[in-house]
Amino acid sequence: MSDPREPKVSFRDVHIAFGAKKVLQGINLDVMPGESVVVIGGSGTGKSVMLKCMLGLLNPSQGSIKIAGQEIVGISDRAREPILRKFGMLFQYAALFDSLPVWENVAFGLTQAKGVSRVAARPIAIRKLAQVGLGADVADLSPSELSGGMKKRVGLARAIATDPEVILFDEPTTGLDPIMGDVINDLIVDCVKSLGATAVSITHDMASARKIGDRVAMLHQGKIVWQGPAKTIETCDNPYVQQFIHGRAEGPIKMEVRPE
Amino acid sequence: MIEALAAIGRLFLGFLRAIGQLTVFTANAISHCAQPPYYLRAIGQQMVTIGYYSLPVVGLTAVFTGMVLALQIFEGSSRFNAESAVATIVVIGITRELGPVLAGLMVAGRVGAAMAAEIGTMRVTEQIDALTTLSTDPFKYLIAPRVIAATIMLPLLVFVADIIGVFGGYIIGTSKLGFNPATYLRNTADFLETIDVVTGLVKAAAFGFIVALMGCYNGYFSKGGAQGVGAATTNAVVSASILILAADYVITEAFFSK
Ligand SMILES: Nc1ncnc2c1ncn2[C@@H]1O[C@H](COP(=O)(O)OP(=O)(O)OP(=O)(O)O)[C@@H](O)[C@H]1O
Ligand SMILES: [Mg+2]
Repeated sequence: MSDPREPKVSFRDVHIAFGAKKVLQGINLDVMPGESVVVIGGSGTGKSVMLKCMLGLLNPSQGSIKIAGQEIVGISDRAREPILRKFGMLFQYAALFDSLPVWENVAFGLTQAKGVSRVAARPIAIRKLAQVGLGADVADLSPSELSGGMKKRVGLARAIATDPEVILFDEPTTGLDPIMGDVINDLIVDCVKSLGATAVSITHDMASARKIGDRVAMLHQGKIVWQGPAKTIETCDNPYVQQFIHGRAEGPIKMEVRPE
Repeated sequence: MIEALAAIGRLFLGFLRAIGQLTVFTANAISHCAQPPYYLRAIGQQMVTIGYYSLPVVGLTAVFTGMVLALQIFEGSSRFNAESAVATIVVIGITRELGPVLAGLMVAGRVGAAMAAEIGTMRVTEQIDALTTLSTDPFKYLIAPRVIAATIMLPLLVFVADIIGVFGGYIIGTSKLGFNPATYLRNTADFLETIDVVTGLVKAAAFGFIVALMGCYNGYFSKGGAQGVGAATTNAVVSASILILAADYVITEAFFSK
């Protein structure tokens, strides 16, 4: 059995750059089993890149990422495969397979990776769609026939369909109306609480961050500049966090815009 | 001076990197084609798209080629009173050379471009990343089915094209050039050897492999949105066409020396 005090996900001094552009410059972060961590930070600071590093879609140039104690930086695709089976991922732009109908998208992880038959997978897919507020009538539509918010929810249903141990949500509530946003927040909380999943979410929505996160980490200029319990985010004295959650233009975070 | 050398060096290194990338990609594609599991549904779908839907294009190409060939060969052979060779030369020209090459080029334009566009779009919209995270190997799921289907379907297509092409020659031969239908068919059949058809089908399989490989390769490594996908599509067609013509020479040469 794995040690319950061993982090499910652990970043140590992770660096990544695209050409001359340094995106992550020494990320250190631990996520414990069953914990839900929310990552906040400005647009373009590398939050999505961080999630992709966890999945091995991008390779850090330096540093170590461990999943349940196992190093994943630099391992072969074959060795990564069993680790990926533990993950569910909601992509920022949903990344639905547009050659497949909605229900096959949701059921993809079941039919392709877990060997569930198509006949058995369809009702599961429809149940997952219901959990994200989509009726059985969308099951046979093609992703191109859906609105942006509906695509996002189908992506969410696909991410949780295999009951993964670790779920990564890239902006789960962006593009949803406030009520549906809250339904999705509840769903994420439910996945963590009832399935015992570990979650890492990215959000720009502070209400959502407080609701779904046990802990919040703030990314700025390639580093985690603050992390702490979600409850303390209002009262902490970190100037970056204060500026960010109140959305002030003045403060230590400088936006690269030049007023005329 | 130094800068010029550095620029040349960079170009050369870029070229080597591309060759290396293509070699690794090809080896990967072949090894996934050779090992189970196979996605039979995907292979079936691709066989229909590549084979069945290419029939009209390839058929039309073949019939006109056969017709033109009959006219030109008649013109040439009549200069030394060898008109009776028309049927034989048409069938050899079609089966050994024009059937596979023209079908390969048409399929490169039709199927190779579509593969590059589809896989390229999947790449830039992160669908390939999504496949990987759903523990499905994109080589197994996307690339192997296309390569397998194209390698199997092109010989079948070319076989049909051979028949249609000969038929095109037959129409012109009997209607315009005054051949007796029975004689024309006898001349076609009597001098045709198995090796003529076999070389053509071997070529077709190789061309099918090339078309699918170049379509998938350019799509898989495309980047940068719609423009990148457009460039991938063009590159897929151009590179497949050139490789088809080069492979045509190599295969002909290999059979020729025997
Ligand atoms: N594949 C890539 N190639 C080159 N640069 C990239 C790539 N992916 C991301 N980047 C760069 O990395 C930086 C971080 O990107 P990322 O998508 O992680 O931002 P983000 O924090 O998720 O922003 P947002 O909140 O707007 O989604 C950006 O400046 C982007 O230009
Ligand atoms: Mg992002």
